[in-house]
Amino acid sequence: MLIKRPADIRSSEITDKKVYLNRREFLGASAATTAAVAAGVLGTEAFVHAATPAPHGRKLENVKKTPFGADEKPNKWEEITTYNNYYEFGIDKDSPSMFARNLKTEPWTVAVDGECAKKGNMPLEDILKGQALEERIYRHRCVEAWSMVIPWVGFPLSDLIKKCEPTSKAKFVEFTTFFDTKQMSARTSAIRYPYVEGLRLDEAMHPLTIMAVGLYGEVIPNQDGAPMRLVVPWKYGFKHIKSISKIRFVEKQPMNTWQDQASNEYGFYANVNPSVDHPRWSQATERRIGEFLRRKTLMFNGYGDQVASLYSGMDLKKNY
Amino acid sequence: MKLSDRAVRFGLKPVVFLASLGPLAYLIWAALTGNLSANPLADLTNETGVWTLRFICLTLAVTPLRKWTGWNTLVKFRRMTGLFAFFYGSLHLLTYAIVDRFAGLDQAPGWVEAIGAGHVPGAALMASTARGLARSVGEDIYKRPFITIGFAAWITMVPLAITSTAGWIRRLGGKRWNRLHRLVYLTGILGPLHYWWLVKADVSRPLTYAAVVAVLLGARLYWSRARRVAALPVRAPATRA
Repeated sequence: MLIKRPADIRSSEITDKKVYLNRREFLGASAATTAAVAAGVLGTEAFVHAATPAPHGRKLENVKKTPFGADEKPNKWEEITTYNNYYEFGIDKDSPSMFARNLKTEPWTVAVDGECAKKGNMPLEDILKGQALEERIYRHRCVEAWSMVIPWVGFPLSDLIKKCEPTSKAKFVEFTTFFDTKQMSARTSAIRYPYVEGLRLDEAMHPLTIMAVGLYGEVIPNQDGAPMRLVVPWKYGFKHIKSISKIRFVEKQPMNTWQDQASNEYGFYANVNPSVDHPRWSQATERRIGEFLRRKTLMFNGYGDQVASLYSGMDLKKNY
Repeated sequence: MKLSDRAVRFGLKPVVFLASLGPLAYLIWAALTGNLSANPLADLTNETGVWTLRFICLTLAVTPLRKWTGWNTLVKFRRMTGLFAFFYGSLHLLTYAIVDRFAGLDQAPGWVEAIGAGHVPGAALMASTARGLARSVGEDIYKRPFITIGFAAWITMVPLAITSTAGWIRRLGGKRWNRLHRLVYLTGILGPLHYWWLVKADVSRPLTYAAVVAVLLGARLYWSRARRVAALPVRAPATRA
């Protein structure tokens, strides 16, 4: 027996084959595009780490040894030069070790500007002329809850500031990182460039605050902020601005890059403080690179004896 | 392409299985030979997380790819990729619990000491470690949204992994089983969100996973609408005057 059932769909309601195929092509094309873009972006989600430790540089002469950090065991050169946050060269920790070599650090000038008597371009040689260099082994605590011990070579920032002769209106110092897309890969617009940081003048003049130009007694590698970077050991790493090309003395508190990016997560002071958590992770402990057990993070990164007085009376929960 | 059952079962499946273990094998090799970064513990956590996301995407891609290419054999790999997503997700959770939480406990040095001396930690230490770890992980899940989301994403995979066997499909019945396994759509949404909230500034990678998931879920939405339209009752033909 033959039962003839009516068609479910009238022929007029069936999408024309050509249109149907077009749509199928369109879907296919958008899927293929997504796949291609995804492959492009995720391809940089490096699985094979191609980190390359910095080649050893010129030995620095007449470096004075200091008692700083005599009780600490410094991290290895390989660790300090392959694990860097320097977004201008890419967002992965090993990107700067691969791309920072393109940065030309000689000749180098620092533009001095703002509330000071000695404005203008200061060649790095002039800054270093007659400047005594000393080794400072400091603990370095990143806001991402890892830390290292680093044998910097540098000089007190106060020496440089005195040369600039700031006026009485200078209350803060603003620093800017050199930026040039030709030399810096910065393939992502992860943050706004150039990178800016700042210190209160008394923080900048503090004897612990140095400008580092060397590492392990040698010229500082590019990925670590050559030719000159700031080191403020009681503050999180992002305050330690690299490859400084501009110094400006200002009356008002500068807007530093990470505060500008996310002011609820990163403040101006950025003092290491185990009791004030980052909104997304705890700052109570840290992983020292090379260790398994996490260390308890120390207030002011353990430099409280020398620097706590800078913040007496301040609410450090508010001024994070 | 039509492959015989034998070819799939004894040829393609073992190959895909071994390939899926590749990332883990590589991680172990790289960790043992010092080919990870200066912070290998963070690498282990990150890589297991990223591979979880990739396997979730692969699993979600099976059905759209099958429909798109008409190659039905693909469906035979869905359980495997899904279970690998759960496998890497569990490794990710375990790594986090050990590297991020356990290593910060006051009890942890005691373990290192005991293991270093070549003996098993005492029962008292074990009990207090278990309590400390549970509290530490619990607090983190409660306090930090990206951990909450990540943990929730893992939880959504647990019933799917348990009921992935043929026995459970039979017990639940195909329809109910299918409905339950739509939970993986939620996994696909929570996973990239977890990644998103973790990164400091550049969201291009989490965004990419989110986009892939969006396309794969969008395709389903599109097809289910197309099906519903096709299933609409036929209207009575308009009478001509």
